[in-house]
Amino acid sequence: MNATTSSPGRWQAYALVAPALVVIAGFFVFPLILSGVLAFRSKGGDFTFEHFDKAWDLYRTDLMFTIGIVLLSTLLIGVVSIAIAGYLTLGENPRAVAILRWLYRWPLFIPFIVTGQIMRTFLAKNGMLNHVLIGSGIVESAATAQSMLDWRGIVIAFVWKQAPFVTLLLAGAMASIEPSHIEAARNLGARRLRVLADIVLPQVWGTLLVGLVLSFVTMLSVLSVPMMINPNSPTMITVDVAYRISTLSDYAVANALCLISLVVAAGAAWFYLQHAARQAAR
Amino acid sequence: MSGTLPRWTHILGVGIVLALLAFVIFGPLANLFLWAFAEKWYFPNKIPQEFGFSFWGRVFSPRGGALASLGTSVWIAVLTVIVSLAVAIPAGYALARLKLRWRSLILLAFLLPQAIPNLPVYVNIARVFYEIGLNGTILGVVLVHASHGLVLAVWIASAAFASIDGSLEEAARNMGASPWTCFRTVTLPLAAPGLIASAIFVFLESLDEFTGTYFVGVPDVTTLPLLMFNASMGGNYQIASITALLLLIPSIAFMLVVERFLKADVLAGVGR
Repeated sequence: MNATTSSPGRWQAYALVAPALVVIAGFFVFPLILSGVLAFRSKGGDFTFEHFDKAWDLYRTDLMFTIGIVLLSTLLIGVVSIAIAGYLTLGENPRAVAILRWLYRWPLFIPFIVTGQIMRTFLAKNGMLNHVLIGSGIVESAATAQSMLDWRGIVIAFVWKQAPFVTLLLAGAMASIEPSHIEAARNLGARRLRVLADIVLPQVWGTLLVGLVLSFVTMLSVLSVPMMINPNSPTMITVDVAYRISTLSDYAVANALCLISLVVAAGAAWFYLQHAARQAAR
Repeated sequence: MSGTLPRWTHILGVGIVLALLAFVIFGPLANLFLWAFAEKWYFPNKIPQEFGFSFWGRVFSPRGGALASLGTSVWIAVLTVIVSLAVAIPAGYALARLKLRWRSLILLAFLLPQAIPNLPVYVNIARVFYEIGLNGTILGVVLVHASHGLVLAVWIASAAFASIDGSLEEAARNMGASPWTCFRTVTLPLAAPGLIASAIFVFLESLDEFTGTYFVGVPDVTTLPLLMFNASMGGNYQIASITALLLLIPSIAFMLVVERFLKADVLAGVGR
């Protein structure tokens, strides 16, 4: 590509991009840098690690709790979305495929805060889930019914809300696979699970990882779901940040916690980039 | 067929799995519905003892604040769409059509707000806004929502512009149309479905946004999500469920029509 663009044309291009970049720089990058500065600055203005020490002392358990919940949710989202997208691509019963396609995406655009409220009632001790479990004989009686409003509730809410998003991406990627690849394998007598694992998944691995990494990072900074389902300790880091700020106006420790969660997110991004680099090297 | 299972057991199996999935998806929604219309619902009753609309009256009464919050939410969302698209359409066009050095770097910059946890941003922007008097104002909330919505808008707009056949624009230019006329009468109408999709995305994201508003909007800006959150934390499940139901309507409506706006070719072009 060496179509000649006159230099005013190039300036125009930058002028068109500039306003959007200014908004991102001013209202996203700048506060992010501020977060880094505040987390390392002592009351006197010197460089310090004291806020990190304090954050680690107070919220170590919550940090592990957060990472555990988000990792487990990501894993489950991956499994669910592979199962659904796989059936949408390879399913033989057209009616079942159509029903599944209609069914799976209801939670797609439901906001986290509404998901939190929905699960708060559904998973409670007297929620519909327990009534159905009691009715079907899986749980003996109302007395032995448990509330799921703890880490399990957060995981269920996350998977319920995020799995359709990853499934949508994954099903789209699977639909663009050359049909002849799949047909050839089927004609050779491969079973559907084999086709999924050996032919389909290797071609959509990148899309799956993008969806999972985006979900991981999103779940890491959701405040409403843990606050509504499981606000008491141990809880997620986001709840601790909100507490440090709303109740104590302690921006230093809050920012230290924020930076820690940025590092965790960077870990996820690194994981993805490793994969992308390996793909590019092929 | 070389299946090892007889056909009907297979169909039965698929049916059971689909029914379970339907319960997982619609059960929680049904529970919300019941709460929204429950007058009285005490443990261990399976369904509410009494149904009715009295809480609806309370939510929509002036003191309930739902209408006012709904108005605030929609107003903020509309302003967010305007701000986001005003900067995203030119940027998307330049990224798709014009030569830019560091193009991939610029695209990456527009990925940041999606790829980085937003909490540190909200926390610190609230602090800055507090100092310059933007905290608790509509403008402050709109700016926070727009810096996030912008990202989606730029990516979708750029993909929409890129999926237009360049020869159509060339033809218009060859017939003597100025660049601006060509953009206005050829490019923009062709990209319209994608741009509308991005507008809807930005609108919904703003309507549903909670965390940013929670930090930046206090104490004066109460959007619908904030109203819902306060009701829920206050233990008022009926009011929280009714507000949640109001928030569900646009989300589900959009889910049902999303593919009409986002054609596969645009989706495939996102991020290229």
